[in-house]
Amino acid sequence: MSKFLMTSIGRKFLMSITGLFLVMFIGVHLTINLLLIVDNSGELFNQGAEFMATNPLIKIMEPILGLGFMIHIFWSFFLEYKNWKARPVKYAAKNMGASSSWASRNMLVLGALVLVFLVMHIIDFFWVIKFNPHTMPKTAEGLEDTYTLVASLFKESIVYGLFYILGGVLLGIHLSHGFWSAFQTLGLNNKNWLKRLQFVGKLYAIVIAVGFSIIPLYFMLGLYK
Amino acid sequence: MADKILKKLNIKVWRQNRASEKGKFENYTIENISTGSSFLEMMDILNNELIEKGIDPIAFDHDCREGICGTCSLYINGRPHGPDTEVTTCQLHMRKFKAGETITIEPWRARAFPVIKDLIVDRSAFDKILQAGGFVSVNTGGVPDANTIPVAYDDAEEAMDAAACIGCGACVAACKNSSAMLFVSAKVSHLAKLPQGRVEAKSRARNMIAKMDELGFGGCTNTGACEAECPKSISIVNIARLNREYLVARMSE
Amino acid sequence: MSILNSKIPEGPLAEKWSKHKGAIKVVSPANKRKLEIIVVGTGLGGASAAASLAELGYKVKAFCYQDSPRRAHSIAAQGGINAAKNYQNDNDSVHRLFYDTIKGGDYRSREANVYRLAEVSPNIIDQCVAQGVPFGREYGGLLDNRSFGGVLVSRTFYARGQTGQQLLIGAYQALNRQIAKGAVEMYSRHEMLDVVKIDGKARGIIARDLVTGKIKRFGAHAVVVATGGYGNVFFLSTNAMGSNGSAAWQCYKHGAFMSNPCFVQIHPTCIPVHGDQQSKLTLMSESLRNDGRVWVPKKKEDAVKLQKGEIGPNDIKDEDRDFYLERRYPSYGNLVPRDVASRAAKERCDEGFGVNGEGKAVFLDFKYSIERLGKKVIEARYGNLFQMYEKITDVDPYKEPMMIYPAIHYTMGGTWVDYNLMTTVPGLYAIGEANFSDHGANRLGASALMQGLADGYFILPYTIGDYLADEIMVPKIDTNKPEFEAAEKAVTGRIEILFNIKGKKTVDYFHKKLGQIMWDNVGMARNAEGLKIAIAEIKKIREEFWSDVKVPGELNNLNPELEKAGRVADFIDIGELMARDALDRNESCGGHFREESATEEGEAKRNDELFTYVSCWEFKGERKEPELHKEPLKFENIKLSQRSYK
Repeated sequence: MSKFLMTSIGRKFLMSITGLFLVMFIGVHLTINLLLIVDNSGELFNQGAEFMATNPLIKIMEPILGLGFMIHIFWSFFLEYKNWKARPVKYAAKNMGASSSWASRNMLVLGALVLVFLVMHIIDFFWVIKFNPHTMPKTAEGLEDTYTLVASLFKESIVYGLFYILGGVLLGIHLSHGFWSAFQTLGLNNKNWLKRLQFVGKLYAIVIAVGFSIIPLYFMLGLYK
Repeated sequence: MADKILKKLNIKVWRQNRASEKGKFENYTIENISTGSSFLEMMDILNNELIEKGIDPIAFDHDCREGICGTCSLYINGRPHGPDTEVTTCQLHMRKFKAGETITIEPWRARAFPVIKDLIVDRSAFDKILQAGGFVSVNTGGVPDANTIPVAYDDAEEAMDAAACIGCGACVAACKNSSAMLFVSAKVSHLAKLPQGRVEAKSRARNMIAKMDELGFGGCTNTGACEAECPKSISIVNIARLNREYLVARMSE
Repeated sequence: MSILNSKIPEGPLAEKWSKHKGAIKVVSPANKRKLEIIVVGTGLGGASAAASLAELGYKVKAFCYQDSPRRAHSIAAQGGINAAKNYQNDNDSVHRLFYDTIKGGDYRSREANVYRLAEVSPNIIDQCVAQGVPFGREYGGLLDNRSFGGVLVSRTFYARGQTGQQLLIGAYQALNRQIAKGAVEMYSRHEMLDVVKIDGKARGIIARDLVTGKIKRFGAHAVVVATGGYGNVFFLSTNAMGSNGSAAWQCYKHGAFMSNPCFVQIHPTCIPVHGDQQSKLTLMSESLRNDGRVWVPKKKEDAVKLQKGEIGPNDIKDEDRDFYLERRYPSYGNLVPRDVASRAAKERCDEGFGVNGEGKAVFLDFKYSIERLGKKVIEARYGNLFQMYEKITDVDPYKEPMMIYPAIHYTMGGTWVDYNLMTTVPGLYAIGEANFSDHGANRLGASALMQGLADGYFILPYTIGDYLADEIMVPKIDTNKPEFEAAEKAVTGRIEILFNIKGKKTVDYFHKKLGQIMWDNVGMARNAEGLKIAIAEIKKIREEFWSDVKVPGELNNLNPELEKAGRVADFIDIGELMARDALDRNESCGGHFREESATEEGEAKRNDELFTYVSCWEFKGERKEPELHKEPLKFENIKLSQRSYK
């Protein structure tokens, strides 16, 4: 198996599997997050957060997810390095835009930018919730008020809001190629499904980008009032 | 329609006397080229001028000059086979260029395609990949009548679509990873789609990919540049099929 | 006459090949392993032969000048491959294919060889399908057929417009399999520069490694030349730029006779020459003549306006168009054989009715079939050809007629071989287009592929055994023998002479000059006076070439100009022999049209009484007149008749 993962297709296989796994996670994540703007009282979101924090299945998935992230990230550098080595002398004049999309050629750059965002994001929320729960705001009932933690951040700082919008958009662009590409790599594609998968991938990318962007926008524009 | 004359063109071209020597770009100018001339005819004219000036002519690969042998290559203004679609360099015509333009000509660049001289690269890696399994193991003679096994029309057509590959290497040249996946997938698809080739489909995919990796080609990241630059428009759907064949082959080990 | 033993077996035509196979010797598997065979060229003939011989157990060394065996010019064949399968139930048979081929060749080929070709043709299709050649199929899953010029049945198998490519890939796959097994040693980017004879037998070759410039020796018990035709004598042709006659010419110089060198096929539907910068002519498939109508203006003033670019083809009314093929040949119309269509186009253009700037083009118009069948049907049939035409000419053939003009396409003549495909040099074989054997004075469409594969898959692997069975005691050929030494020295010497002339004119200058003389005098119409001029002019070119050619670059490096120089030097010699042969053959047959031998209407007139023979030229020394031998052609199964397509 380890030999298989070192082959060119094996390398990509691992990226696809972890990528699709992350695609699913992102979907769940967005669904829960959208509760932020559905219910201004914050009750729904807090319940969601509570569920995610206590559900045993999610508990099991958490380290797997972490592993998925790690593999997807570290493997991408390895993969790109191998690919980069395949052309020791570079072209002097390139017009690659004539034949492929920017996103498809710059998945590593996009991924790295998303990673920067991810680190910030983890420091902002995950770290606080997971390891410093005592610093978190509390609800009237004395429960952890994740809603307020999130909402106040966006209400207080425009820079933060914009940063999160940027993160969502970058992720969307990453997915605009990544989604269908994962299916292609797994061989789950043919001449009829190529266009369909590409369409669904773009649609999903837009949903993710827009979905994650409207949350900070919602608070920045004061729509909760 | 009517041909015009391009008064002057600047040609910036990679010169490298042999594999072991260092190369560099040289600049030449050429005058009065008809827009009806093919790109390689322009190169012929330039070469004849260089010979007359006592300069070693530019070496480039070419043969049939009708877009089927796959010999011609050239990375022109940042694109394999130059600024036109569904053509090889020999079918590219000068009407795609403007007078006064600087045309940059480079060899295919890939670790697996080392430069031999100037614009000529060694593409024998493609032969080696095919030798690893790109065939049906039948000897001459003793085969059944051609109509013994019917082949669905659509399958035959898809096999033909893939078999149209001319092995020019534009896919490798276009790919940011110098991947040969489109080339390999074309052969794997061509044979996998036909009952005669189906028999060895698994081992074929496995062996050809192993050889491709060994020869130093990069991996596929599905940018689709290969399909866009392929003079025969071989589809990346073939790559999906190759992935499938390969994964199934490895899983069943 | 005694030198020429065609070894045609006795007995009824239909039994000759099977009887012969039963009579010839076979080499045991243990001995095959000890025998080496060199195959030069990897087109349909060479690749299929190399693969099949290796499968049998022989040790094979294969050579090609291209960077990969897959690029040989067989790849450019478009239309299809004939086979007497009778899948269409239209009463096709081996005999019918045989008859069509003999008649199409204007009765200048050997009955026995052609019959054998027709006989093995069905096996070729079986073999190709087994290899995974994606032939066109019908919805029921069975193989489809097309019909082709000069034939009344549908027997042409095809893979879109890329049949040659697909067949070559099939043979190349088989070759790759043997290379992987170590049964074939493949030498790409190697050019054969000489054949080495020891005790009168072919025992090896001298080749130049085109990358390093190194001259190398290769020994073998037999040498097979599958190096295609010499059409590039004309400079402009549909052949690949590298296609050359040099390997065959070296064989000629070592005693292999050259037969019917003047038989050249001129294909009527090529994209015309534009200006003087052109390097190569592009063929448009013969199939286009099924739906395109060929015409030129009726009035000379219209032609003049077209030539000046003052009007376009669509400005000329139907009644002012001269559909000259339909006019002259009402029963075959636009589908007359290639030689007839080519001559008719030349006749109109010579009369001043040509339609492009040079006055050397006629129209091939799809307007009428688009009106009749709709654009969609035409697009489905010829879409890729139309696209190719537009890419090259920037003219949309759906809106304006194509311009076409004849061009050199194929050489029926070539190295003389006997029934076993062996030349007059023992152990030296010639197959495919390189030999002269099957197409007479004109080749039918879709028959070149058939012959290449027949020779390589099904004929040579048997017949070579007859010779090699007597060679089993011969040890591995030692390339240190004086014969190799001398051959290498000669090759090196010639290259050095060429390189050191350091004259003023480029190789292309001489090639173009030669081509012009050949086209003007040894082209579509020939006469004694022109041929004599050609011989004299070619001699002058030879003198000038060897004193004023300029070969740049280095000897010990990749050097395309040096490669070309060697080939052009040989083209000059081949051109002269072609002119000589054409001069000798004072009759019109197939692609060879002597103006002295024509009917009152200007049609070709054969002279069976005097010329029912194969001309076989023997080399007598550099710059010496060759000697002509004649192999009489006997027709025991077919009655000779004058071809008519009216």
